[in-house]
Amino acid sequence: MTTAIHASGESEVPQGIEIFFPAVYDIVWSIVPFLVIMFFFWKFVIPRVNKILDDRATVIEGGIAKAEDAQKEAAAALEQYNIQLTEGRAEAARIREQARAEGAQILADLKEQAAAEAARLTANAHLQIEAERQAALVSLRAEIGTLAIDLASGVIGENLTDDAKSAAMVDRFLADLEASDTTPAPENAGR
Amino acid sequence: MVHFLTATSTALIASAASDDGSFHPPGLEEFFPPGIFFLDTPFEMNRIVLVRLLAVAVLLLLFYLGLRRARRVPGRSQALAEMAVEFVKTNFADDVLGEKVGRRYMPLLTGTFFGILAMNLTGIVPLLNIASTSIFIMPLVFALAVYVAFIYAGIKQHGGFSFFRNQLFLPGVPWPMHIILAPVELINVFLVRPLSLSLRLMLNMLVGHLLMVLCFSATNYFFVTGEDLGVLSIFGVVTLGAGVVMTLFEFVVAILQAYVFTLLTAVYIQQSVSEEH
Repeated sequence: MTTAIHASGESEVPQGIEIFFPAVYDIVWSIVPFLVIMFFFWKFVIPRVNKILDDRATVIEGGIAKAEDAQKEAAAALEQYNIQLTEGRAEAARIREQARAEGAQILADLKEQAAAEAARLTANAHLQIEAERQAALVSLRAEIGTLAIDLASGVIGENLTDDAKSAAMVDRFLADLEASDTTPAPENAGR
Repeated sequence: MVHFLTATSTALIASAASDDGSFHPPGLEEFFPPGIFFLDTPFEMNRIVLVRLLAVAVLLLLFYLGLRRARRVPGRSQALAEMAVEFVKTNFADDVLGEKVGRRYMPLLTGTFFGILAMNLTGIVPLLNIASTSIFIMPLVFALAVYVAFIYAGIKQHGGFSFFRNQLFLPGVPWPMHIILAPVELINVFLVRPLSLSLRLMLNMLVGHLLMVLCFSATNYFFVTGEDLGVLSIFGVVTLGAGVVMTLFEFVVAILQAYVFTLLTAVYIQQSVSEEH
C-alpha cells in the first residue's frame, strides 16, 4: 500500500490498528472543539431556547389566566345583573301591590266620606224639614185662633175679640185641637 | 457498513498492487495529511483539524445568529434554530428519557447531535471533502463524554453500588447465570458501548469518504489522466454517476450517524437511570 502513497513531510501514515492511535495534536484538537461545542450548547443555546419557550409559555398561560378572569368577571356581572333584575321585579311587584292597596284604601275612604256626607245631608234635610214643619205649626197655631174667632164672629155676628170668655174658649178649642192633633200624630210622622 | 470497509480495503489493496503510476486509488493517507501550522507541537494543525475547526465555527455561528436576539415571536432564523433544538428535544430527550430527565441532558444531546452532524457534513462540502469525524479520536471524545454521562446519570440516580448492581446483574436471571452474565454485561456496558459508538461513526465516515474518492478519482482517471483507454473512457460516466449517488448517500449517512449516535446516547442514559432494564 505504501507504494501508492505519497507521504509528505514528517506525517507518517499509520497502518492497520495504528489508525486508532491518535497523535497528541489530534487529541488536543478533538477535545478543544468538543469542549467548545458543549460549552456553547450548555451555556448559550439551551438556556436561550428554554428562556424563549418559558417566556412563551408564561405569555400563553397569562393570556389564559386573563381570559379566565374576564370570564369570571362576566359571570359575576351576570349574577349581579340577575340579582338586580330579580330585586327590581320584586320591588315593582311590591310597589304595584302597595299601589293597589292604597287605591283600595282611597276608594274605601272616599266611599265612606261620600256615605257620611250623604248621611249628613239627609240629616240636615230632615232637621230643616222638621224645623219648617215646627215653624209652620207654630205660625198656624198662632194664626188659627184668630182665624177661627174671625170665622166664628162672622158666623155668630158678635165680637168676641176682647173678651176673657172668648180667650178661654179659644184656649179650650186649641187644647181640643191639640188633643185631636196628637191622636193622628203618628200618621203624620210616618208620612 | 462494515462489509463496505472490507470490500473497499481489498479493492484498494488490489488496485494498489496492480496499478503503479497511472491510477492512484485513495488510501488511508487521506486521513493523515501533513501538518500545516504549529508543526511538532501538541497544537499541530493539519488540514482535517482546520476543517473540523471550521465546522465548529460555522455551527456556532449559525446557532448564534439564530438565537442572538431571542424573541417571543421568532424570526425565520430563530424559528429554524428553535426547530433544530426542538427536534433533538422531541426525538431524544422527551421520547427516550422523558421530559424531566431529558431536560437535564439537553446540552449534551444537542451538542452531540449538532457537533457530530456538522463534522460529518464537511465530508460532502466541496473543497473540504473530509468528514472530520472520520479520525478515530473525534468520535471517541464524544463517546467518552457519553460514557461519563451515563455512568454519572446512573450513580446520581441509584447511588454507586445500586447502579453497578443494576447494570451487571440482570433481574429475573437464576443466580448461577450471573457468573457468566455479569462479566458479559461488564464488557458490554463499560467497554463495548463507547467503542461501538465511536467505531460505528468513524468507520461509516471513513468508508463513505473512500468510496466517494474512489469514484471521483476513477472518473478523473477515465476522463483525464488515463492513457490509451479508447472507448473504455465511457466508464467514467458510470463512475461519475456513482460518485454523485455516493455524495447524496453520504449526506444521508451524515445525518443518520449523528442521529444514531445521539439516540444511543439517550438510550444509554435512560438505561442507567431506569429502575430495571
